[in-house]
Amino acid sequence: MIQLEKRPEPSRAWAFATPLLAVLLTMLFGGMLFALLGKNPVETIRTIFLDPLFSEFAWYYRPQLLVKGAPLVLIAIGLSFGFRAGIWNIGAEGQYIVGAICGAGVGLAFYPMDLRLIFPLMVIAGAIGGTLWAMIPGLLRVKFGTNEILVSLMLVYVAEQLLASMALGTMRNPDGMGFPGSRNLAQYPSAANLELIAGSGMHWGVVAAFIAVIFAYITLSRHIFGFQVRLSGQGPRAAVFAGVNPNRMILICLGISGALAGMAGLFEVAGPAGQISIDFNVGYGFTAIIVAFLGRLHPIGILLAGGLMALTYIGGEIAQSNLGLPGAAIQLLQGMLLFFLLAVDLLTNYRIKFKTGEAV
Amino acid sequence: MDLSSINPILLLASLMVAATPILLAAIGELVVERAGVLNLGVEGMMITGAVCGFMVAVSTGSPWLGFIGAAVGGAILALLFGILTQVLLSNQVATGLALTLFGLGLSALMGQNYIGMKAPSFPDWHIPLFGDIPIIGPIVFQHDPMVYVGLILVAAAWWFLHKTRAGLVLRAVGENHDAAHALGYKVVRVRILAIMFGGACAGLGGAYLSLVRVPQWTEGMTAGAGWIALAIVVFAGWKPWRLVLGAYLFGGVTVLQLNLQAAGLAIPVEYLSMSPYLATIVVLVIMSAGRAPGSLGRIFHASR
Amino acid sequence: MTIKSILAGATLALGVASGAMADSHQTKVGFVFVGPVGDGGWTYEHNQGRLAVEAEFGDAVETVFVESVPEGPDAERVMTQMALGGADLIFTTSFGYMDPTMNVAAKFPDVKFEHATGFKRADNVSTYSARFYEGRAVQGLIAGSMTKSNIVGYIGSFPIPEVIRGINSAYIQAKAVNPDVEFKIVWAYTWFDPAKEAEAATVLIEQGADVILQHTDSTAPQAAAQAAGNVVTFGQASDMAEFGPFPRVSSIIDNWSPYYIARTKAVMDGTWTSTDTWDGIGAGMVGIGDITDAVPSDVKAAAEALRDSLADGSYHAFTGPVNKQDGSAWLADGETADDGTLAGMNFYVEGITGDIPQ
Repeated sequence: MIQLEKRPEPSRAWAFATPLLAVLLTMLFGGMLFALLGKNPVETIRTIFLDPLFSEFAWYYRPQLLVKGAPLVLIAIGLSFGFRAGIWNIGAEGQYIVGAICGAGVGLAFYPMDLRLIFPLMVIAGAIGGTLWAMIPGLLRVKFGTNEILVSLMLVYVAEQLLASMALGTMRNPDGMGFPGSRNLAQYPSAANLELIAGSGMHWGVVAAFIAVIFAYITLSRHIFGFQVRLSGQGPRAAVFAGVNPNRMILICLGISGALAGMAGLFEVAGPAGQISIDFNVGYGFTAIIVAFLGRLHPIGILLAGGLMALTYIGGEIAQSNLGLPGAAIQLLQGMLLFFLLAVDLLTNYRIKFKTGEAV
Repeated sequence: MDLSSINPILLLASLMVAATPILLAAIGELVVERAGVLNLGVEGMMITGAVCGFMVAVSTGSPWLGFIGAAVGGAILALLFGILTQVLLSNQVATGLALTLFGLGLSALMGQNYIGMKAPSFPDWHIPLFGDIPIIGPIVFQHDPMVYVGLILVAAAWWFLHKTRAGLVLRAVGENHDAAHALGYKVVRVRILAIMFGGACAGLGGAYLSLVRVPQWTEGMTAGAGWIALAIVVFAGWKPWRLVLGAYLFGGVTVLQLNLQAAGLAIPVEYLSMSPYLATIVVLVIMSAGRAPGSLGRIFHASR
Repeated sequence: MTIKSILAGATLALGVASGAMADSHQTKVGFVFVGPVGDGGWTYEHNQGRLAVEAEFGDAVETVFVESVPEGPDAERVMTQMALGGADLIFTTSFGYMDPTMNVAAKFPDVKFEHATGFKRADNVSTYSARFYEGRAVQGLIAGSMTKSNIVGYIGSFPIPEVIRGINSAYIQAKAVNPDVEFKIVWAYTWFDPAKEAEAATVLIEQGADVILQHTDSTAPQAAAQAAGNVVTFGQASDMAEFGPFPRVSSIIDNWSPYYIARTKAVMDGTWTSTDTWDGIGAGMVGIGDITDAVPSDVKAAAEALRDSLADGSYHAFTGPVNKQDGSAWLADGETADDGTLAGMNFYVEGITGDIPQ
């Protein structure tokens, strides 16, 4: 009989080995899937996992990994605080949208003024917008005990309607021939979030993501707040005894995740995306939840997980274009990768024992 | 504006149809959550059910077999979630989200050759006698059979959870899995069965879209219905009857806002489009929300 | 010019050079799709166009595509990737790809780009779009003739010029054959949500509409009309013939094949130049699906006559006298609308009730 025995401490060796094992398993099963679809498995796997890093055009793809990964990491870092404390904000997508709307609103209000102050103001507005949107589920939870999972999720749909309304009405580009969508902020120097070094992919959002990782690492490992967060996650009662105010904890955790998601939205709308449009949001807020868990809610882990997700997106596009792989196969592969990562995590926390007799 | 053009009888009748897919998916998820498992992959199971149901119905010509195929397809996908979360002890939130991603990809690959086909027809039942009652008849008794299957499932879930011993065990497992384990109940087995039931129901909900509502297969056709189903479960406070209320309320506000638009009410459309979600939040605040099952979302490991 | 931009230019030039080296005798054509090719509507029809290019040129052409590409940085990356991979011609098939297309085109002057439904052009960027409103005019005529309740329901996606143009065009023809006709317009505020489309259709039918026009791509409204029994519908994007001969009595079909074949040919022959194409029924970009026998023969004849006059250019769907909704004059008697006004149309014509959501 196979038995699981909980390790007293998670195994460090397995914590490093399991992600590699998961990637290998994904390559194996993904290869089988691709073979079934009539593609060369080795070539397809190589295209998805290695071409963005090492191919002829890797000089273009490597910076793109930063562009694609930064919003994921930034949002996931914010979410990880709440998830550790048992506060379930699954509406980061909405906070991302509202942050972008508020930040872009500030930028557009100043158009066409030339002021160095505009971009910093936009970043602050984005953070405030995201925070306020996250405060709605926070305050309802604190005041009325309303479930924050549901409220934050519902607010995603509300934010999407708001976005459409902005793109079609309030923020529509007056010079856009009546088409929806705002002015392109990337073409408005005072408001643009452009690459800091051309061709590097580094824009302020990437910088912010790295700062967030370091900030979260220090807070969680060195600061009393990090301790309180962990305590709240283990059991609300224990936390209260230790002097943690649960309501304050809820508001702070939702506030952090809202602020970071809002900033991610602003950096995206002012740079890579450029404008408020009906379809501005592309699901970063939801994918970031997966990234947070893949990274085991650990800042460094989240950084790596964000990079891995970005890799499969970019590699997936290359495989579609070069090998004619259907887009759905990439989704399937991403789902598989997540499954394997989650499944082999078992080895980190449990020891497998083979015993004879005595069934569970 | 002409509000008199809104016919309340027809509005209620169409509401029952509009609410059916989310009701079907939600009743399954409710049982899953009462067993202490949070499966966020409803959307993925729905879309898989939609494509499985469509494929079976088209190849056999029978919508009923299609629905069975959809339930089986949804249950198999759910079993994957069950093995991961119950046997391999993975995190339920992340696994559920991964399941959605997986289901969307899988369904798109499976349905590649079924685009542009039409599902075999699935006629309404005009229930004799009852269907002829004025007002009530058209509202309640002139729908396709799956509308009633949805309601019967809700009743059956209520009866099962509150009137049977197995239901008691399931609730005990959901409230406190350690205590249930100590009493000798098979926590993992109960949960996996509940998860498969949830998948089957989600599959039925998806197939209702691909076989009755649309009725055609297109990629991503559930368009977020699975998320609404999840919301409705929390909204209902994990109580089956309130689930019906929640599904009808949500569907009702959606249908009502479209009615108001068509009647030319001078409220900006974007606010009307937001209204179902805002209404859900408002009602949730007003009604004291039910208490979640004690072990919801927690990993169970039988340590001794 | 800063050192940064020189460096960027150099790396890109390197990329272009190596991209060109990868090029063989085959012409490589890339397609960037906004939805999945299995959406049964907008992207599905563009993909049919891609397949037509493959069928036409065989081994002389290689086509590549990426589906479900979000607008914004992802689109820019996919286009760059195609250009680096040696594509000679890239079709970008969504309005939201406009700025990304311009950005990438500026970096790859030797690659030709074709952007659908936009208005920004460059030496290596053409735009193309279809005059779907011509098809709407034919639908409007049939709708106005066939409605008994004099209420025509219209399901719009978002209030953008494309959709508003369609509503106006249909209304003008419906009004011409039936002065009592009234349009009820419902905005779904989504591009794709079959369940919501079904609900919108049901609501319109309950409020008395016996003809439904849809500017959303799913078959859900067809099914709702079929269930109601006495409601007329039209196919959208694809023919939806499986719902004929009733409720679907005709359709507007997006047909990109002739254009895609012609433009690919132009690249192969070296005759490609930047153009602004806005083709309608005449060029075959807008197809009018078979008008079924459920339509009375005199109406069918009138509809076909309208279709033919739009096709040969003897009649314009927006021919004066037409006033704007507020009663102000727009087109004088015999005057036809200019393309600029049509492209950015954001007003209703006289007679339509309600406001365009802003």
